[in-house]
Amino acid sequence: MVVVALTGLNLSVGDVFVAPGQVWANVVGTSYDEYFTIWRVRMPRVVVGLLAGAALAAAGAITQAIMRNPLASPDLLGVTHGASAGVVAVMAFGGSYGIVSGPLAQIGVPALALIGGLAAGALCYGLAWRGGVDGFRLLLVGVGVSTVLMNVTLWMLTLGEVNDSGRAMVWIAGSLSMRTWTHALPVAVALAVLLPLALAGARTLDALSFDDDVTRGLGVRVEAARTGMLALAVLLAAFGTSAAGPILFVSLAAPQIALRLGRAARPPVLLSALVGAALVAGADLVARNLFGTVQLPVGIVTGCLGALYLVYLLVRGNRKVQA
Amino acid sequence: MTTEQTHPSPLPDTAPAMADAPRARLRARGLTLAYDERTIVDGLDADIVEGTVTCVIGPNGCGKSTMLRALGRLMRPRAGVVELDGRDIHRVPTREVAQVLGVLPQQPTAPDGLTVADLVARGRHPSQKWYRQWSGDDHRAVSTALERTGLLELADTPLQELSGGQRQRAWISMVLAQGTDLLLLDEPTTFLDLVHQVDVLDLVRDLHRQGGRTIVMVLHDLNLAARYADTIITMRDGRVVASGTPAEVLTPALLREAFDLEAVVTEDPVSGGPLVVPVGRAGR
Repeated sequence: MVVVALTGLNLSVGDVFVAPGQVWANVVGTSYDEYFTIWRVRMPRVVVGLLAGAALAAAGAITQAIMRNPLASPDLLGVTHGASAGVVAVMAFGGSYGIVSGPLAQIGVPALALIGGLAAGALCYGLAWRGGVDGFRLLLVGVGVSTVLMNVTLWMLTLGEVNDSGRAMVWIAGSLSMRTWTHALPVAVALAVLLPLALAGARTLDALSFDDDVTRGLGVRVEAARTGMLALAVLLAAFGTSAAGPILFVSLAAPQIALRLGRAARPPVLLSALVGAALVAGADLVARNLFGTVQLPVGIVTGCLGALYLVYLLVRGNRKVQA
Repeated sequence: MTTEQTHPSPLPDTAPAMADAPRARLRARGLTLAYDERTIVDGLDADIVEGTVTCVIGPNGCGKSTMLRALGRLMRPRAGVVELDGRDIHRVPTREVAQVLGVLPQQPTAPDGLTVADLVARGRHPSQKWYRQWSGDDHRAVSTALERTGLLELADTPLQELSGGQRQRAWISMVLAQGTDLLLLDEPTTFLDLVHQVDVLDLVRDLHRQGGRTIVMVLHDLNLAARYADTIITMRDGRVVASGTPAEVLTPALLREAFDLEAVVTEDPVSGGPLVVPVGRAGR
């Protein structure tokens, strides 16, 4: 419901206001008056936002469940920073070769983000491996790798041309501007394949939320199950990031919000994905319209919105316990 | 003191051909267990006989929990073998083991906010399939388990709001819901006061008597072990010092050998079994 409403608002409000009735008519194809605004400009952007939000949030839900840690998110597994480093490397050094500004830009940037994210995720996993992967160890390695990558990214930003670096900065903040259907397709496919897998693994996620001995006692091959789930999370996060940039905080906050809305013992994957989609859609609405013609990168707003909502839920939760 | 002394009560592993010899559900042979380079258990033999309650006792750090983990397939032996119903336990698929054998580690942890009913429901994991996740059988198994442990009224209470004794019973319910006839419990009475220790052990005994379950427990309290066990295995330094009935194992000589404990063994006025009274410095 919330997701649909926010999507509708996103299509309707903006530099050019389109009445909700008009939006509907254009969407279902009975009118073509605002075809360009709706289908070419806003729709791809909104869809990319929804999909990326869902993918990041689902990745967060999986990571938090298997790490048994509400602070665990793909941001800490190297994925986000790996993607940033990949993109910035090309934006800063390869701008004039047509990968970024030329015809290849639409494929090149997301592809590099994907490669960077997956490589960093795999690197963290490899470094943390010691005859098995301990969740806590993986998180520490992830934080280390992320920090290194972040600094490399900053260093590259200072080396690059001012214009290229500026564009890279916008990407790093997580932006939905200038998104086209080419951006939406890979995330859509990834979600269509990976989300059902994650849902089928719900029982495994339940079992993995105990300590390893209990989980093993329940007949789960802990290492294999955790590695599989982690791979799902890294893929989801990498595809999400590649479409919309590292939209901050979604993968951390959305699962926690869903956890409290759903009153579950671990973040529910599907609800988290919906919350993530809603969060990004809502944030994009604010980002595009709050300051008139100056559009903020959506990542800035998700950070603020998501944080506020999470704090609200936590405060309310505390009151309930006291009452 | 060495561990190379002759065992006063040798293990009953010498008569496999006898007509109605008791069947060993779990059998450890030459079991050597190690964490990284540290060897905890060295060349251990043990038999867990069908339909009995076995208590494992021994001083801290003697390897009793480690042995239990190996018996429950929670760790892979460095050498030797654990057989479950005659098959190498590591050649049996994980899920199949979990349908026969339930393990409760010493201090299990669960996520915050998990309710008793949710916890117990997760015990059904081994018998579920990804395409058929919850069935009437599961529902019945969970409510039966909660009934057995007297937790039906607390089913919707979050785990962290329970008292220590109730929480332990909730975990036992989870293992019960798993529906196995073989239970391994690692110190199920840790951190409980005496009343609740007896409460939990009575529950375990009921499970044994009514369901004919085979139970292995690591216990600290010698007198409770004497009270509830059919067989006691005493360990020290990763080896079995003695194994047999409580009366055979809880003797002053063996207590000295296993625990360096000076003790008087008298008759338990309630059960008639052995009662260990430590001498300590007070009696000298």
